[in-house]
Amino acid sequence: MAMLSFERKYRVRGGTLIGGDLFDFWVGPFYVGFFGVTTIFFTLLGTLMIFYGAALGGTWNPWTINIAPPDLKYGLGLAPLKEGGIWQIVTVCALGAFGSWALRQAEISRKLGMGYHIPVAYGMAIFAYFTLVVIRPVLMGAWGHGFPYGILSHLDWVSNTGYQYLHFHYNPAHMLAVTFFFTTTLALSLHGALVLSAINPPKGEDVKTAEHENTFFRDTIGYSIGTLGIHRLGLFLALSAGFWSAVCIVISGPFWTHGWPQWWSWWLNLPIWN
Amino acid sequence: MSFSLKLGAVLAGLLGLAVILFTFERPPVETVQTGFRGVALGNIANPRLQTTLVAANQVPAPLPRVPSVGPRAGQVYQNVKVLGDLGVAEFARTMAALTAWVSPQQGCGYCHNTANMASDEVYTKVVSRRMLQMVARINAEWKPHVLETGVTCYTCHRGNPVPANVWSQDPGGRTAGFAANPGGQNLGAPAVGYSSLPYDPFTAYLDQADNIRVQSATALPAGDTQKVKDTEQTLGLMIHFSTSLGVNCTTCHNTRAFSDWEQSAPQRTNAWHGIRMVRDINHNFIEPLQPVWAANPNGPAGGPVRPRLGAAGDPLKVNCATCHQGVAKPLNGVSMIPDYPELARITNIEAPPPVRR
Repeated sequence: MAMLSFERKYRVRGGTLIGGDLFDFWVGPFYVGFFGVTTIFFTLLGTLMIFYGAALGGTWNPWTINIAPPDLKYGLGLAPLKEGGIWQIVTVCALGAFGSWALRQAEISRKLGMGYHIPVAYGMAIFAYFTLVVIRPVLMGAWGHGFPYGILSHLDWVSNTGYQYLHFHYNPAHMLAVTFFFTTTLALSLHGALVLSAINPPKGEDVKTAEHENTFFRDTIGYSIGTLGIHRLGLFLALSAGFWSAVCIVISGPFWTHGWPQWWSWWLNLPIWN
Repeated sequence: MSFSLKLGAVLAGLLGLAVILFTFERPPVETVQTGFRGVALGNIANPRLQTTLVAANQVPAPLPRVPSVGPRAGQVYQNVKVLGDLGVAEFARTMAALTAWVSPQQGCGYCHNTANMASDEVYTKVVSRRMLQMVARINAEWKPHVLETGVTCYTCHRGNPVPANVWSQDPGGRTAGFAANPGGQNLGAPAVGYSSLPYDPFTAYLDQADNIRVQSATALPAGDTQKVKDTEQTLGLMIHFSTSLGVNCTTCHNTRAFSDWEQSAPQRTNAWHGIRMVRDINHNFIEPLQPVWAANPNGPAGGPVRPRLGAAGDPLKVNCATCHQGVAKPLNGVSMIPDYPELARITNIEAPPPVRR
């Protein structure tokens, strides 16, 4: 497989976290490493378990395949394979695969002499998933509080879990998470539009520079965060969205058992206006 | 950073910490699964609050039973219209129980002219008689909701002359001048669980018989004239149901299809009858007494002073919280009927047949 001219420069030995030189090689364009091997292992096992669960489930309709967690009665113990045990194995495999992938990203970052921004950012998504299927179920005392793996079944879980707290829009961390998600898309659309308009000038004109971009936003809203800053802001917004998503679900149940609107009674009862 | 900025940051941090530490609950929690695994159908409760809730909903110790022998109360006493079939001793026991349930501080004189017990001159006696008929109606006709557990005066009254959880029309109108009209919502009202939903869902659904039915049967708007506010008013009522019973939406509904009875829990059928029962109580038993309360707007002369009518001049009516008081089964599901079977035996109920549709 052909390499790009500069690629040879960073296809170097070293930077591995585990396994030394043993797995320090490439397959075609793909770096392998110890965590590449574990990623493949967990991905294969997990996917096969999902197919096994689907085969037992009585439908191959991709919308309705459902790998459900155990009944609450199994608590934090192991469940029989066909009554949630598959879900438990799939969950272990998913966390193994996601974690391996993050560590493989870290090894590649080390080879390139980069910061760890990519594995850290990806780690936030893993953290949100880990919160859903491990932290919250452990705090509530049963693996059965995890969400089922299925296109429609996980939506049923989301809907019912929301209505267990009567009106989920009153969850303060949900408010923050939704706000960050929307702000992420707003920032991305503004940034993408700005870049495209700068590099697509009318016929016969030169491509515009970062100074044009800065000037546009200074003229529009009085401030331009700059070419580097917009990416830092984007990362902050996106990670905050994931972080507050994790918070909003972990507080629902372990730290609040009533309707979310009722949580705000402390605010309504502040002596300022009450 | 200037000193005042630092100070502000520290204060804001402390305030945030106080909110985090003092406004939430903590694990462990008690959970009950009521549906297939993984679909999150079931209840979540704080066991540390459950203890107080259970303790607050205990039935009182029953009075010693007396045999139903000897002459009937209706033959011995004057003007006994609904409990006349009881033996004299049995009748006295029932009266003593009623007093302990409804007016323990005020005693017999709360309803009776103690110089002439037969007289109807104290208005509360007229009200009590109607309430006895209401109890009989619930026990006889509303078994789809109260089952064999039944109700007594104590289910609602709990030692209070006026039950603690009642409602009246909320006319709103709390703004003046140029302030925006809240339009019947946006108050953070306790009736709707401190949400901004319409704060009087009771008049439409528990007094009038508006349909609690907002889900369209078609994907696109095709003749469905219901508005977002109808939906929100429905949700407000449902939040009242949930908070009154200490349950959540999934107790009755699979929220993927609220309207679908096939996917709903059996509790939804019970609640459907409960809604009709509450309307029956409010229409046929509470509201006809409005003139009596209008003549005595602050209760009987002997006190205690407590308004008997709402802001709009309507009587104080019944909703789910009146009986349930925070638990899914009133009085923790303990029946008082075996100790007071006479409350299920009254036959002259004097009300049109119940509406079940």
